[in-house]
Amino acid sequence: MSNIKLECQEANYLCDKNQYKETNFLERVKLIIHLIYCKACRKYTKKNVKLTKLINNPKVETLENSQKECIKESLEKELINHQQ
Amino acid sequence: MSNHIIDPNKWIDSYSDYLYNYTISRVNNRDIAQDLVQDTFLAGLKSMKNFKGEASERTWLISILKRKIIDHYRKINSKKGKAEVRMTYNSDTETEGDWLEERVADPFDKTAEDTLENTELGIAIHNCIGKLPEKQSQVFKMKTLLNYETEAICNELDITASNLWVIIHRARTAMVACMEKNWY
Repeated sequence: MSNIKLECQEANYLCDKNQYKETNFLERVKLIIHLIYCKACRKYTKKNVKLTKLINNPKVETLENSQKECIKESLEKELINHQQ
Repeated sequence: MSNHIIDPNKWIDSYSDYLYNYTISRVNNRDIAQDLVQDTFLAGLKSMKNFKGEASERTWLISILKRKIIDHYRKINSKKGKAEVRMTYNSDTETEGDWLEERVADPFDKTAEDTLENTELGIAIHNCIGKLPEKQSQVFKMKTLLNYETEAICNELDITASNLWVIIHRARTAMVACMEKNWY
């Protein structure tokens, strides 16, 4: 039984991991069992899932690192010209 | 002396995503948005000495960006003839000759409010990410927005996996609090 019971801290860790789909089956079961009796973690999970949904919304755009590097380069060139 | 200090070396890491989202919701094209953001940084660099430190760096950059976006629309407008109301009539036989009012979007599809909210979501998210401590925002962005593997992030930043999850947890908690205040 002690293997199945989780501390809240562990539950939150699993919940975070679950947002990135990096939990295995056993971990998910453990998390769900914990959520049945722990109100605080249910609340955290709910908010966490909501945040994940918001972030995965296609309207949230992010520049790829390569694009950023490209902008950085042109900025650096200009910075050198600027200092001369 | 001014309250706000200007530091171009940090501009791209700190503001590019915010500016990019701001632009995309106004020009609807990724390439153009990227160009405009780049132009904004360059223009900011050139007029750095005009920065009085009255506003934050980000506000100042946004004000430059706004001019850039207006200029962009001016430019594409002058190419196509001035002060012209452009509309494309559907060539579908079914809707041909219909008034614009008859061709409004299906109300059950998506309300204007939905899209309005959506366009600003990206700005809100990047606003909140900008408020996170540097390490947290860096890890959070790599993990959540750029979808890097846990291992790849650990290698790149030289941290352990459990370290990463603690950072992620703190970032997520802060993000939830910030988004609750500014968005939900």
